[in-house]
Amino acid sequence: MAVYTLWKRELVRFFRQPSRIAGAAGSPLIFWVLIGSGLSGSFRLPGGRADLDYLEYFFPGTMVLTLLFAAIFSTISVIEDRNQGFLQGVLVAPVPRAAIAAGKVLGGATLAWLQSVIFLALAPLAGIRLTLSSALAAAGVLAILGVALTAVGFAFAWKVDSVQGFHAVMNLLLVPMWLLSGAFFPPSGAPGWLAAVMKVNPLTYGVAALRWALYGPAEAGTGLPGPAAAIAVTIVAAVVAFGFDLLVMRGSSE
Amino acid sequence: MSPDPLSSSAVEAQGVEYSYRSRKGGVHKALAGLSFRVASGEVFGFLGPNGGGKTTLFRILATLASPQGGSVRVFGTDLKMPSAVRRQLGVVFQNPSLDIHLTVRENLLHQGHLYGLSGRDLETRIGTALERFGLTERRDQRALELSGGLRRRVEIAKALLHSPRLLLLDEPSTGLDPGARRDLWSTLEGLRGDGVTVLLTTHFMEEGDRCDRLALIDRGALVAEGSPAALKEEIGGDVVTLTGPDPEGLLRDLSARFPDFAPELRDGAVRLERERGHELVARLIEALPGRVDAVTVARPTLEDVFLHRTGRRLYGGES
Repeated sequence: MAVYTLWKRELVRFFRQPSRIAGAAGSPLIFWVLIGSGLSGSFRLPGGRADLDYLEYFFPGTMVLTLLFAAIFSTISVIEDRNQGFLQGVLVAPVPRAAIAAGKVLGGATLAWLQSVIFLALAPLAGIRLTLSSALAAAGVLAILGVALTAVGFAFAWKVDSVQGFHAVMNLLLVPMWLLSGAFFPPSGAPGWLAAVMKVNPLTYGVAALRWALYGPAEAGTGLPGPAAAIAVTIVAAVVAFGFDLLVMRGSSE
Repeated sequence: MSPDPLSSSAVEAQGVEYSYRSRKGGVHKALAGLSFRVASGEVFGFLGPNGGGKTTLFRILATLASPQGGSVRVFGTDLKMPSAVRRQLGVVFQNPSLDIHLTVRENLLHQGHLYGLSGRDLETRIGTALERFGLTERRDQRALELSGGLRRRVEIAKALLHSPRLLLLDEPSTGLDPGARRDLWSTLEGLRGDGVTVLLTTHFMEEGDRCDRLALIDRGALVAEGSPAALKEEIGGDVVTLTGPDPEGLLRDLSARFPDFAPELRDGAVRLERERGHELVARLIEALPGRVDAVTVARPTLEDVFLHRTGRRLYGGES
């Protein structure tokens, strides 16, 4: 009940703030069109399909960016809740800390997921053929990835006391993680040290899982982690991130 | 048969200590061994200056902080087991805890869910609460659109939704206009009939006057405890205050002429406590011709009690 009510609150709040909806829907689209078009002339996937243009390559990465932005924005609400006083009311209620974390993370992840799924519907514009099964598989990957990213955001939002500080940490951590996840450029064309960093970046596996879901094993691309590894690492990352949330919450009664 | 002493006390605190560690490594002692007892069903106030430890105490009672020394029991249950106590508590914070983007009804619904209420029971409780606090017409307005006084009413309705046995309020009338303050107090006094124990912190002595009993708190320690009337009785009679162009000289002469009055200089005025103070006025002015601009005679206030016990004023500054 506590998880449900906290989850629902996140959704209600989101839909009552039109500027948030516009920002969430608009910014990834703009990123995709501008960066995708701008780079499409100069991009060639090393060893990959010759007809793959950058708008198409960048599309799964943009979906992950949608998740990332949405996860960051929705976990900012943790800081707002604290500063506006709402959180203290929740903390004195007879509710386990884990339920509070679960409600907030699931609420944020649901919002992030909805936005990325709406973006997924645009895939045919990028030249990606969607079938029912590929769409469902992609939606599933996005859901797990949404929980993972929101849980990471939550842990930092819980500890940081200002929105500015939170943005600084997120820009330092999550944005480079995304840049080096294969969302923006493939590891196969990157210099060795960068490719190594990309290999240990958990988000690389999330992006790969999304490519596998969209394309199937035949033409997902080169240099990607295998499908089993990709999905396993993504799930483990989500679980670990949520466990980290519980750890961060424990002992801090504030 | 006298009632079981445990069941008749709502809060029992023994030697509560709490310190904050500052960034420079210093330790600020917010509560220094505070002990007090709140009886079940009474309106109990903590009165003291800002920064005196009231908010720390409130946070401990609300289960947001654990005492570092001593113990607190709420209806016999130690606060070391917060989950057992939380259901009995209704908490009204100084900062609003409403979600401004939700409507009044949604805020109450959310609160109910957090306290494990649902379905028809919750709907009935919300209906009753809206009725009782005169909020029925506001039920579908967002908290954002409400005035400060109305928001405070929703806060209290929210805190009482699950029928707690102890209502905690931190500086409840701060930021309220006089009308909303009266409104708040008629609500709190209405709770007496329901057997709800009310515990509040305040730095307004007018508010302390309305409590059944209160504790004066200063620098993390208990200064005095009792009913407002009993506390004021310790001041012998009236408080006589004299002002003039030369307060120091006035004090010197007054001490010389009437040594047993024990006059003191406070905030640039000479002050003495005396029974039947009105009879002194003429004598004082005649004894000090041209030296006195004004004489006031007043019944002692809680501020006088505080001053008497601590040598400091309730509102800002040493004297």
